[in-house]
Amino acid sequence: MPSTPPEPAASRAVPSSTELFGWGRTAPSGADVRRPTSPIELQRALPTSFQRGLIARGLGRSYGDAAQNAGGTVIETTDVAAFTIHESDPTSDTVLVTADAGASIDRLLHALVPQGLFVPVTPGTRYVTVGGAIAADIHGKNHHLKGSWCNHVESLHLQLADGSVVEVGPDLDSELFWATAGGMGLTGVILDATFRCPRIGSSQLVVDTDRAADLDAVCQLMRDGDHLYDYSVAWIDLMATGNNMGRSVLTRGRFASADEAAPKIGADPYVYKANELVSAPPFMPAGLLNNLSIRAFNELWFRKAPVERRDEIQSIPTFFHPLDMVRGWNRTYGPAGFLQWQFVIPFDATSTLTTIVDEISQSGCTSFLAVLKSFGEGNSGPLSFPAGGWTLALDIPTGIQGLGPLLDRLDDLVVGVGGRIYLAKDSRVRPELIPEMYPRLDEWREVRERVDPNRRIMSDLARRLGL
Amino acid sequence: MRDALGSVQSVLVLGGNSEIAIAIVDRLVASRCKKVVLGVRSPASATTTLNRLRSAGVDADTIVFDALDHASHAQVIDAAAERIGDLDMVILAFGVLGEQSEFNASPVAAAEAARVNFVGAVSSGLAAAAKLRTQGHGTILAITSVAGVRARADNFVYGSTKAGMDAFAQGLGDSLIGSGARCVVVRPGFVHTRMTEGMKPAPFATTPDKIADAVINGLQKNKEIIWAPPIMSILFTVLRHLPRPIWRKISAG
Repeated sequence: MPSTPPEPAASRAVPSSTELFGWGRTAPSGADVRRPTSPIELQRALPTSFQRGLIARGLGRSYGDAAQNAGGTVIETTDVAAFTIHESDPTSDTVLVTADAGASIDRLLHALVPQGLFVPVTPGTRYVTVGGAIAADIHGKNHHLKGSWCNHVESLHLQLADGSVVEVGPDLDSELFWATAGGMGLTGVILDATFRCPRIGSSQLVVDTDRAADLDAVCQLMRDGDHLYDYSVAWIDLMATGNNMGRSVLTRGRFASADEAAPKIGADPYVYKANELVSAPPFMPAGLLNNLSIRAFNELWFRKAPVERRDEIQSIPTFFHPLDMVRGWNRTYGPAGFLQWQFVIPFDATSTLTTIVDEISQSGCTSFLAVLKSFGEGNSGPLSFPAGGWTLALDIPTGIQGLGPLLDRLDDLVVGVGGRIYLAKDSRVRPELIPEMYPRLDEWREVRERVDPNRRIMSDLARRLGL
Repeated sequence: MRDALGSVQSVLVLGGNSEIAIAIVDRLVASRCKKVVLGVRSPASATTTLNRLRSAGVDADTIVFDALDHASHAQVIDAAAERIGDLDMVILAFGVLGEQSEFNASPVAAAEAARVNFVGAVSSGLAAAAKLRTQGHGTILAITSVAGVRARADNFVYGSTKAGMDAFAQGLGDSLIGSGARCVVVRPGFVHTRMTEGMKPAPFATTPDKIADAVINGLQKNKEIIWAPPIMSILFTVLRHLPRPIWRKISAG
């Protein structure tokens, strides 16, 4: 007697799960991860059942849980990464570019720079996607003059929770557009965007460096001179105490003309090379980056900077993306991972900035170089982070005892002067502070209610903070 | 959700009268935890804890949990999740110590202790794991004991039930890799509690508060096994490898 054919395999009760981390490698969660490879596939990737919702994910550079969705669906957009540089009038200052949400600034730069173009805004890493740039409304060294990424967006296509696709922009359902700018991906899946890219004279920058002995000195330098530079940022040593508290190295610059760049790079002003030089080893022991090693590194780094240097020619990767030279540098913090704490407070609260820097220095809390920058005015996004004032960002290994209470205390100082922390970096803030930090949260919630009444778009960040 | 520093926002305690578990919950509540369900055999027994949590603004409740009623464990987990939503943490804190001399006289009593400590941990642990897998996140905190690391003549029934639970929890943790959920083993040494009242304390005897501090620290550092106090890790690395005649002498104390 022939044997009966086997029963068809029953569908799995639990969909396949992949564990996803943020850049800080803390608090992972499991999700059904889908990787569409074409715009059509991307649009069809919305699941039919939304039990635990869906979120889009780009290159995973958010430090915390913004691009995770425990038990739900995560759509990785990075395989849908085409872009078009539009024809333009050669006399205009900017050129329009339309890019899929999964296109990275890295890939864009490889195409743009040789044509004499740059991205409107770049963060400290070029490994972010256009979708992520919009969702976090990223900022860079030019914020004091040019604002954040979404200030440069003409329009974008957004797939809503019901599957429909809408086009929005500052003049086209501006409410939904601005809710999406800095909306952490929670208004829908960003499919593509059209934005303005500036022309540059060469692929090099003319850079001025100033070493500042303490926090007051660096703030003064920035207040007096930032308006003279297109790009400005200070690296600050938060482990220095006493008279050295807040000692910094301020680097500021602008793109060089072809003539200025020629002595360094020769005839082709737009030559662009950006490679990762080394990889961090796949496994790092705990405690490699400890109080002693980081203190020594910070000391060396400060000493090696010139007291004052003018008109140095630097490449784009050296000036904008120094950490990108080490692939996977986030692993150097060991198995417990690390977090980044970034806040902005108004200029008139400079004394609070001093208090915070002082508290961190005194705490003995191990922190690599932190970044200090003065922001220009913010834009209309209710959840967009930047606002006029000082912003400070620091990386801290999570294993440090007493870190939670310390940061909670500092959050209170920030909220006390009308400041806020950056959601794309957050992995631990108290949820009850969010409405105070983002006073227009309810406005944002109304828009979200309109486009996603059933909360189908969901992330671990949204769950943790009750957005 | 768990945050980057190991804080959670909701917790279910199975064995809600455990002094160690209550000390842990107090610390979780002081950080980010706003929802607590205490699983206890008789809800009246947890009134004091419940009132204290509620007056601190915590959304706290009790649920009937009987470690011996293995068939009910999945429903208990579901009911807790129904009550407070996602379970960020499930603490397996129930257990009986018993008296070795009584176990020697009554094999049935010994088997019953094993059904609580080990079998109960297996059924509730697996039920919790299934829930956390579906959620895609969550931590099972399995409180075992250093007594399970090496059994000794005067409490080997208890020790062996904890050894079984410890092995189960480690395996469960490994099976959860990739799911977003995880299982963390806590191995306390001798702790002064109601359970150990009247017993001669072992070296490095400690308190529930100290154990809870070690647990919170271990969670922040993302440890898979938390020895409490931490010195137990070194102590038992040595003790575990002693020749048996020497171990017998030392453990007979």
